[in-house]
Amino acid sequence: MLASLLIVFREVIEAGLIVGIVLAASRGVPRRGLWVGLGVAAGLLGACIVAAFAGEIASLFQGSGQEFFDASILIVAVVMLTWHNVWMAGHGRAMAHEMKSVGSAVRAGERPLTALAIVVGIAVLREGSEVVLFLYGIASQGGTTALSMISGGAFGLAAGAAISAFIYFGLLAIPPGRLFSVTSGLITLLAAGMAAQAILFIQQGGYFEYFTNTVWDTSWLLKQDSIAGRLLHTLVGYNDAPNGAQIFVYSATIVAILGLMRWERARRSQIKTSARPA
Amino acid sequence: MKLPCVAIFALALAMPALADGPAAPIALSLKDHRFTPSEIHVKANTMAVILLSNQDATAEEFDSNALKVEKVIAGNTQGYVRIRPLAPGRYPFMGEYHSDTAQGVVISE
Repeated sequence: MLASLLIVFREVIEAGLIVGIVLAASRGVPRRGLWVGLGVAAGLLGACIVAAFAGEIASLFQGSGQEFFDASILIVAVVMLTWHNVWMAGHGRAMAHEMKSVGSAVRAGERPLTALAIVVGIAVLREGSEVVLFLYGIASQGGTTALSMISGGAFGLAAGAAISAFIYFGLLAIPPGRLFSVTSGLITLLAAGMAAQAILFIQQGGYFEYFTNTVWDTSWLLKQDSIAGRLLHTLVGYNDAPNGAQIFVYSATIVAILGLMRWERARRSQIKTSARPA
Repeated sequence: MKLPCVAIFALALAMPALADGPAAPIALSLKDHRFTPSEIHVKANTMAVILLSNQDATAEEFDSNALKVEKVIAGNTQGYVRIRPLAPGRYPFMGEYHSDTAQGVVISE
């Protein structure tokens, strides 16, 4: 039971953190619960499909199918997070203002919630498929009873969900005026960490095998496979021994997202100024 | 942001020739949730490739924080695990789904 609890917990916190951030970032948007729920449901369904076809996926691309699959969905998530942040850069201030003025109609229905729903779906799919494979393995082995496996899994799920709720309510304690700049910052780091993970998968697949040397090692300070290390890995892409390519991709992603946000903000204010009657 | 990813993919696609390259793969097998051999020796600061054949019926995830590898190998299949250039030392790995028995170490020297 302890083994299934630990593994499920480990995977669920990673997806749970992302769900918590997405919920906080979409505060005040009508029907966000529906979108996030759809993302989770699609992710769970996808996880079962991916687990069922793990062997087939792995055998693609000369045996590097899994790495390519992981890298591809991570890149999709990075693009979606970027899209969200750039959109928020253009609209966020108005939204925060509306949320502060009591009674004003929140006119945020046009927001690209699909982007965040896709990110949630991908997070659930990635972590969920590992849980499914693991639990299936235990079940078919017959060593542990189904009851102990299910209760371990349920405890793991509950603990992971608690972490997700914790980060969500923690973020909600931030005043609405600052909330979106905080979630934008978190999402930028989340995206950078995912991009750095994607390049590692590409290298694991046998491509772009450059700058593979470890640049620094902070495992003496904080091991990446400890609970705190895992949380930081998911949140900001903490890696206790990154290679050169990962550091480059991580930094380039941050620079690119901030650049695009600034560009969008400038474009928006320009439209506003030129639209104003003389 | 899209740009670096596109660039990486373009590079990745443009260089398949480099993908099938280095030294002959080191054979590693998994049976009854145990690795054989459980100690793998690699040359320090050189890329290496492990060919892991999972002879169990269930999937296993080759997992190593020290090696920065997480790779699922379905039951009764095999797959390559690429090892980055390593400084001399011991780098433990495990089968995450059966970590009580599936343990091993890569020794870089």
